[in-house]
Amino acid sequence: MSPADRTPVIAGVGLSDYPVAPHLDGVQHHVLAAKRAIADCGVAKSDIDGYVGAGGAGGQMLDDAVTMAEYLRIEHRYLDGTMTGGSSFEFHVQHAAAAIRDGLADTILVTYGSNQLSRMGRSLGTGGFTRGGQKVGGPQQYETAYGNSLVGSYAMHARRHMHEYGTTSEQLAEIAVGVREYASLNPNAMYRDPITVDDVVSSRMIADPLHKLDCCAITDGGGAFIMTTAERAADLAQPPVYVLGAAGGETHWNISQQTDFTSCAGAQAGPEALARAGVTHDDVDLLMFYDSFTITCLILLESIGFVPKGEGGPFVAEGHLKRGGKWPLNTDGGGLSSCHPGMRGIFLIVEAVRQLRGQAGEAQVPHCEIALCAGSGGWLSCIGVNVLGREKP
Amino acid sequence: MSAPVVTVDNWEKPRPEPDNVSRDYWAACARGELLVQECTECGARQFYPRALCTSCGGEPAWLTTSGRGTIHTYTVIHQYGMPPFRDELPYVVAMVELPEGPLIMGNVTDCAVDDVHVGMPVEVHFVKIDDEVGIPFWRPAGH
Repeated sequence: MSPADRTPVIAGVGLSDYPVAPHLDGVQHHVLAAKRAIADCGVAKSDIDGYVGAGGAGGQMLDDAVTMAEYLRIEHRYLDGTMTGGSSFEFHVQHAAAAIRDGLADTILVTYGSNQLSRMGRSLGTGGFTRGGQKVGGPQQYETAYGNSLVGSYAMHARRHMHEYGTTSEQLAEIAVGVREYASLNPNAMYRDPITVDDVVSSRMIADPLHKLDCCAITDGGGAFIMTTAERAADLAQPPVYVLGAAGGETHWNISQQTDFTSCAGAQAGPEALARAGVTHDDVDLLMFYDSFTITCLILLESIGFVPKGEGGPFVAEGHLKRGGKWPLNTDGGGLSSCHPGMRGIFLIVEAVRQLRGQAGEAQVPHCEIALCAGSGGWLSCIGVNVLGREKP
Repeated sequence: MSAPVVTVDNWEKPRPEPDNVSRDYWAACARGELLVQECTECGARQFYPRALCTSCGGEPAWLTTSGRGTIHTYTVIHQYGMPPFRDELPYVVAMVELPEGPLIMGNVTDCAVDDVHVGMPVEVHFVKIDDEVGIPFWRPAGH
């Protein structure tokens, strides 16, 4: 008998209902996405012997990995609850790929779900973390008195990038404009009407220099994917998508520990993931970046090395990340315009798989063979990078 | 250095909870001194205070700073959901670069939000909120 081909692949993907789904609670988003991922590839639920999840949806029922594995009744040989914020799922791909290659599990289910919009409304990014008078310990004791917001943490990156490199609000706006064009092709996207640079820079200031339209949507939603070996995937319903390379890194967790407000751990994780894949930036056909804010994409683009540091602003203004450009960005409409239910990292992977299978409809990137997913968790804190491909490495 | 300390008895914002390591830091703030840590073994400086030197794993000691700094980056917060911050909008949240090395977060007070810029020299002042804790704030140098 020849040795099994344990090359890790993504075999099935699924999304729950989005962007507005008041009929689902957080756990139901997990479940619906999981059901759809299972149906997508035709795997038997009883064959799933690994579960990975980040929890963190903050709903009525705790959705951490142990609770979800129990609820879904996954008899796991491999369990991972890594939680790095929105990038958790790119870290999960890294971990699950290693586990599959090493034989710790054969078929691993990853899920996420949140009814954040229906439960909390739209105030997350500026709602504040703590109440007046509350005592705050740990590293946040050094931040809590100052009223920073989630948006503010990204705004401080944008401000420093503008200072060092002359990046402009108009250049950042081009990112939102390009992603919105793709959202217009996605019937489920939260916001589908075309926007202009002027619309972005004249929208309300939330945390200077970030305007409302520099910020992602707040939605409901859930996602799931199933990873297995190339050998098992051969018997499943969909063409496998290969995990060519995965890497992750952390420069800080709390924003006041960031030391370079123009960069992120993508500077380490991006080149490592590409090297593991044995491909170059020019080989990449699709960018799926965590677009919590326009500046997030710009810093990911530069730190991973698609453009030299400081040249991202003029580069995006030339349209290279738009439909038909060299590196189309966020073809599902992104978090900026389509779907951002608290943690978006899983949606990067699901869309990349759709594209690599050639199932992206009107938004299909021609000849899409290699996609790079870059998740950002926290405040450009933990960056996970996955290089995915449709051909076996 | 010893910087101005204003005592208030009606602090309504979230408050830091001193721990074994940070207790001395907050107490110093309450008497008008801003501390960072300096490693007794490798000399590296760090903030926030920790039980080890993040560079070499050695033992950190307190270093009293000059209380001066420059704005490394900042944002003007225009939207915030919770009181009392929402009643103070717009306000500045900044990362201040200390000449001693580390960055520290704080609000910039005593000037218009539009006057704040990267590179602006600032100096610390404190609000003492109880016997154990002073909160550092920043304002234009030479205020």
